[in-house]
Amino acid sequence: MKRLAIALILLFAQPVLADSNMPPAYWANRQLPDAGQEARAQGLMAELRCVVCQGQSIADSDAELAGDMRDLVRRRIAAGEKPSDIRAWLVQRYGSWVSYRPTDEPAAWPLWLAPIALLGAGGLLLRKRIRLDGGD
Amino acid sequence: MSRAVRFAPLALLLLVTAGLIWRLATPADTTVRSNLEGQPMPAFALPPALSSKPGLASADLSTGQPRLVNVFASWCIPCITEVKVLQQLQARGVRIDGIAIRDRGEDIAAFLQRYGDPYQRIGSDAQSTTQIALGSSGVPESFIVDGTGVIRYQHVGPIEAADVPKIVRELEKAR
Repeated sequence: MKRLAIALILLFAQPVLADSNMPPAYWANRQLPDAGQEARAQGLMAELRCVVCQGQSIADSDAELAGDMRDLVRRRIAAGEKPSDIRAWLVQRYGSWVSYRPTDEPAAWPLWLAPIALLGAGGLLLRKRIRLDGGD
Repeated sequence: MSRAVRFAPLALLLLVTAGLIWRLATPADTTVRSNLEGQPMPAFALPPALSSKPGLASADLSTGQPRLVNVFASWCIPCITEVKVLQQLQARGVRIDGIAIRDRGEDIAAFLQRYGDPYQRIGSDAQSTTQIALGSSGVPESFIVDGTGVIRYQHVGPIEAADVPKIVRELEKAR
């Protein structure tokens, strides 16, 4: 009896959703009619971080806020705004963290310098090796 | 090859391992904060969420007195506990306005009737446009705006009873 009651309760159990009951924004899951504009929007959306499920881009995320951000990006692109301006507008609000594209800020310098430094170190090591081999 | 160079890879490995252990032990803070603290409130004009209260525009916030703008929703569970604390703040004379995210008038009315209503104005932000403009990443969040309409402080997450002294202090600072 108790088991049956539990089974019945589970049957009607609903997950608690941390989402509204409202439909997604108009341009959240709809492509722009202009292929060029849609391509620009897609390019930007793939490089913007979802602020809810951090680690995903807003193009990949199912979060409602990501849908609303896609709507915002597509609306602005359709209105003729440049992707770089939309990115700057969002960075002004959420910080450079919101954009996946590395910037030229001092904080990102090690990122740019690391390949050069590593290549240099590798070259040095290699030269040492070759000279040793040649000396034999 | 010198001894030091020979041990360099091992030292590097130890360094990386130490870094990983440190980050596992003290995970990074993943709170998304708005960058607009100290900046003027971005311009917005939201329609009323209820027929009984006016909507909210950025111009309504420069009244010469600090105000608390609360980003909330009737479908947000932590907002239930928060709205009670907001009523305590309201009883202490704090002026509170609301921005309702992705919400319906009847749902907000039912929410306020059931849990209490600390809001002077409530704007309806149906597609989170104003929320994004504020650099806010979820509900609930609160912004303390000074008398000239400049954002002085952002509180991420519900304002709990323990946060009241901090909020009151920030409101005093914004005066």
